Amino acid sequence: MAIAATTGVKATKPVAAPPAPRNQTSFGRLSRRPETGALAGTVLVFVIFTILGGSNFISIGGVASWLNVAAELAIIALPVGLLMIAGELDLSVGSVVAASSMTMAIVSGTYGAPMIVGIIAALAVGAAAGFINGLIVSRTNVPSFVVTLGMNFGLAGITLGLSRLITGTTNVPLDPGPFFKGLFGSLIGGQFEVAIFWALGVALVIAWLLQMTPFGNWVFAIGGDKESARATGIPVTRVKISLFMMSALGAALVGIIQTCLYNGAQTSTGQSFVFNSIIAAVIGGVLLTGGYGSVPGVILGTLTFAIVSQGIYTTSLSSDWASFILGALLLAAVLMNNTFRKLALSSGVRAPKIKKA
Amino acid sequence: MTEPLLKLDHVGKSYAGTDALADISLQVEAGKVLCLLGDNGAGKSTLIKILSGYHTPTTGTVEIEGKPVVFNSPRDASANGIATVHQYGGTFPLMTVGRSFFVGVEPTKGWGPFKRFDKATANEISVRELKGLGITRINDGNRLVGGMSGGERQSLAIARAVYFGAKLLILDEPTAALGVKEASHVLRIIMQARRKGIAVVFVTHNVLHAMTVGDNFAVLIHGRLADSFAKGERTREQITDLMAGGEAMAELEAEIAQYELEA
Repeated sequence: MAIAATTGVKATKPVAAPPAPRNQTSFGRLSRRPETGALAGTVLVFVIFTILGGSNFISIGGVASWLNVAAELAIIALPVGLLMIAGELDLSVGSVVAASSMTMAIVSGTYGAPMIVGIIAALAVGAAAGFINGLIVSRTNVPSFVVTLGMNFGLAGITLGLSRLITGTTNVPLDPGPFFKGLFGSLIGGQFEVAIFWALGVALVIAWLLQMTPFGNWVFAIGGDKESARATGIPVTRVKISLFMMSALGAALVGIIQTCLYNGAQTSTGQSFVFNSIIAAVIGGVLLTGGYGSVPGVILGTLTFAIVSQGIYTTSLSSDWASFILGALLLAAVLMNNTFRKLALSSGVRAPKIKKA
Repeated sequence: MTEPLLKLDHVGKSYAGTDALADISLQVEAGKVLCLLGDNGAGKSTLIKILSGYHTPTTGTVEIEGKPVVFNSPRDASANGIATVHQYGGTFPLMTVGRSFFVGVEPTKGWGPFKRFDKATANEISVRELKGLGITRINDGNRLVGGMSGGERQSLAIARAVYFGAKLLILDEPTAALGVKEASHVLRIIMQARRKGIAVVFVTHNVLHAMTVGDNFAVLIHGRLADSFAKGERTREQITDLMAGGEAMAELEAEIAQYELEA
């Protein structure tokens, strides 16, 4: 497309005599940001659990317990959130965690290859799973919900079958050695997982991609309207495949972290991430329909999730109630997201004409 | 006479044996507005899809500036300077004005891995181009597109097409969803594009809007070119009758007369 700068455009007299822009209050501006609702949610649960849990909740051990959960979740939920902004879901992250974790343990544990080889193999498993997800979704137009659900079951089966075939067990030990233990699986001060730093790194990369690069603009556009995005010349297939690979690589990284942390791998790990990552993204203000969301929002969503699911143990409440609270929060978040989106779209003087809600 | 910018020669399109469009010959010159009129289902959308690269015609040829072209994708069409703006602007309601304006052609600054989307420039240019089309209410490129009115969104899409050097602008029912004032603003923008030497294909079923800005007119009925004429050669009544199919209107008038008698 040729880019021709147009100069000297004479302004026509505005016929519709537009009313002067309403002075936007800082509240109005704030209410249009995707993470505002998420911040309210995080503050709310933090206050509630500080009151209920007291010193147990805000002690170093208490903080570490939910920060560790949030960190591992964020490494997956951030790229999953990015994918959701582009209008797709990834339900295969659970099996990718298990598959990459088992791959690493078998390659470096059972076969005794150097740790780095096991790590590369684990990442390769993640990249391959994501690539296949993205390719099938782009080529067939089958909803990603079904494609990645199929991948989650299929990959779980392969992981279980191959593990039993190769090792005769579903539980493979691995001694990561001091360097890799320190890099992926150590506890800082005996309490805080090093995964917290990995999560921060992932957050910085995803935030940069989404907010600062043309790629991020393509993600928003594809989630907003795939056909219009394609018409503007965006390589939609390539973008989608890279997004699916990112979420699977996030899952593989968590697989590596858990293998180093627990000195081994199990075929049954990881499945909780499938829904938890989506819950965190939605509580974090990502629209299920795509086109809207932010990195700070998803981080707040993972914090909210972790505070509720871990904070419950610091209170006198039975932990049975954590799921109930999360379910209610999820529902509230979806309703709030819709309200915030309406607010965001009503910055004008007139009611906007939106094709579909 | 100069070569027309766009020329269709006996273009037809059939789906599974039925003709959606048959034997269409048309041309548009630079700096002229061709109004494509027709009732729903007359074949207007099929024709637009052929021009914007979504469909390839089954028969006939399309020429751009005298050279025959085949569009295999919307990308081919835009590479030939054809930009299509749909009724709802084809824009992204949840994106900011600046982001939406530059989708797919984002300006960047910086170097290597630090090369980044230059949002300040994007916002500045998009607001400036909108101002150029008389949209003065949008003074911040960070505003969401969804917060704009229908006419403003149309203007944004047209501004975008013009800025990126479109030679032929296809406007698909740009005024259909708009109020009277907003529609007249969009018509004004069409005249502005025309003055810049852009060829415009204005698809509408509003005869009044068409007659306000059109230089040439083509009426489609059941996938065929029922009539084509230049400005001033037909009256409004003649065009309306033709579009609706004269009989249908006559019947309606008779029915109304009957009701009035009964009342």
